[in-house]
Amino acid sequence: MTILLIPSVALLAAIWNAIPRSARIAPTITVVASLIALVVAVGLLLQLQFGATVAVAPGWVEVDALGALLVILIALVYFTAALFSWGYLAVEEHTERRTSLYHANFNLFAFSMLCIPLLSELGLVWIFVELTTLLSVLLVSYAMTSQAVEAAWKYMVLTLLGATIAVLGVLMLFWTLHAAGSTDFTWSGLRLAAPRMNHALLSTAFVLLLVGYGAKIGLVPLHTWLPDAHSQAPSPVCAMLSGIETSAVLYVLLRLRNVFAADSDLHVGLWFAVVGLISVGVAALLIVQAHDYKRLFAFSTVEHMGIILTAASIFSPIGDVATLWQMLAHAVTKSFCFYAAGAALIVTGTRDIADVRGLLGMSRVASAGLLVGGLAIGGAPPMVVFPSEIAILRAALEAHGYALAVLLSIFIVIAFFGVMWHVTSMLTGKPSQQIVRDVPRSCSLTLFLAAIPVLVLGVWLPTGLANALQAAAKVLGA
Amino acid sequence: MTQVLSELNGLVLGLFIICTIAMTVTRQIGACMLIFVVQSLLLAASAFLLGADPFSWHLFALGCVTVVSKAIIIPWLLRVLTPRGNYYRRELSQALDVPITLLIALALTFAGYAFAQHVVRAAPNLSAGNIAMGFAALLVGLLILAVRTEAVPQLLGILAMENAAFLVGIAIAPDFPLIAELAIAFDVPLLAFIVALLTRIAYRQMGTTEVGTFASLREGP
Repeated sequence: MTILLIPSVALLAAIWNAIPRSARIAPTITVVASLIALVVAVGLLLQLQFGATVAVAPGWVEVDALGALLVILIALVYFTAALFSWGYLAVEEHTERRTSLYHANFNLFAFSMLCIPLLSELGLVWIFVELTTLLSVLLVSYAMTSQAVEAAWKYMVLTLLGATIAVLGVLMLFWTLHAAGSTDFTWSGLRLAAPRMNHALLSTAFVLLLVGYGAKIGLVPLHTWLPDAHSQAPSPVCAMLSGIETSAVLYVLLRLRNVFAADSDLHVGLWFAVVGLISVGVAALLIVQAHDYKRLFAFSTVEHMGIILTAASIFSPIGDVATLWQMLAHAVTKSFCFYAAGAALIVTGTRDIADVRGLLGMSRVASAGLLVGGLAIGGAPPMVVFPSEIAILRAALEAHGYALAVLLSIFIVIAFFGVMWHVTSMLTGKPSQQIVRDVPRSCSLTLFLAAIPVLVLGVWLPTGLANALQAAAKVLGA
Repeated sequence: MTQVLSELNGLVLGLFIICTIAMTVTRQIGACMLIFVVQSLLLAASAFLLGADPFSWHLFALGCVTVVSKAIIIPWLLRVLTPRGNYYRRELSQALDVPITLLIALALTFAGYAFAQHVVRAAPNLSAGNIAMGFAALLVGLLILAVRTEAVPQLLGILAMENAAFLVGIAIAPDFPLIAELAIAFDVPLLAFIVALLTRIAYRQMGTTEVGTFASLREGP
């Protein structure tokens, strides 16, 4: 039952923060709730590191190593984003009531994401995927400017459109399962019935789910909400949206991969590779021509989602480990990048790359954050993205996917130089403006804490995490 | 399913697709809302007809939840929360004019119908009409989103698409566990509430609810 504590603390924190009198302690409540969720999530991961499954309500609420891996990523980013929000919102000088409502909404958003990996029934999973959009729209529009409202509207329309298409896919999948003589609409039930499923129905469900969830993941050409929402949302919200929300939805597609792959005529691997590579390629080119550093990191998210999908197309044990490693690396690195971008925004007051020059001379915290973030997200050694991308390329070569490895390498190199070109132009030169504000202490602390996994996990994986990655990869490949 | 129920369901499906097409071109926002209410009632009617023989309490529950949620709660929420006067205004800035929109809607209806045949062939004993009209209405719902510029009609476009998805759902998955009832009972009113709040904020910040014309966020210097 302890696994229910993880989303419950987020829900309780949301309810508490919605009470008008709680405004002053709202940030503390959020940080404490996220810390509790993180501690319990670590315990859950250690418990499931050798491949066990915990079932609270069999067929409805069940979690295995793959789910536990996602839970810990969500809980980790939830904690760091809560800590960053503390100082970030204080800088913006909103009323206490608005701040407490932000925290209520923020916790609800975290609650909806934390539920996804704990559920095993696909219908419920869809409901919580839709809730992640509904509960984050008002966070995207938090600044209440015309641009923020526009971004929130685009985000809502595109992702809800995707959710509506996905629900038809879910219904179609249920029908397919039913026609195959089963009613167990869970991950394991679907995998067992997959070889008996009808091709026409399964292919329709696959296309609907790929398009529907693809809009939420930000796969090209359904990615257009991502840069808009990320340029306007507060940085800690961007960390949640980019670092884990997209991954949480991609997790659903990854879990369904082998159900669809049971029908060899569907060519799931080819679909994943093509859609993934197009996303990586388009995102790499968009990174080069970005003018706003928050949009730059949003395009990098599109790139990373494409890399993960491409890695999942390899269908080998090492490819599956690399897929999940990349998901982990993306979550810790992208959230760090958005904290660094938030710190730069606090210092300079602008998101425009051309307007930021000489950041090194203005703020050590913001410039160090952007430098580490840029290098890490681009895949420079020895940071965490580097070994995961190398593992993906190795898996592709071992599976004789030479074209895939070459194309992926080219796009990754373009994206790396694109990111570093923009970041170095912001860091160097003569400071073009006055320092608007200093980075608050809680934001600096968050950057320090969030940098630890980015720097350490590339050279050393703790035994528990390494075991969990292997166990999760086995679940993915089963 | 008896012959009478089947024929009645056919009539309901015909009216359902007509309502969806009408939503693409009805310029007055209040009238568009009324058509959406009728479309939702038709979805409920189809659920009742399909659930009558053989009896399915899931479909009856879905029909009841649809009536309460989409025909009562959503129109009320939108009227209370979105700017007053919105419903009596005519939306003059649609992306396409009426004849072209109607032509595209008809083409999409045929395309949806043709695509559904590929699915229907896999399970011919189910209500083929629901599947065909559902797919057709889903595509027409996309058209509503593309051509309407006002916030409320855009929301109604999403909800019309969801109605279309559930029109297929009640035929192919009548005993679907929980999802349809829960989604319609909780997600949809929450969606309407959030959209209404966002529309209110947009009206306050920009003095307009024509969200389709917002175009300040672009990549460029």
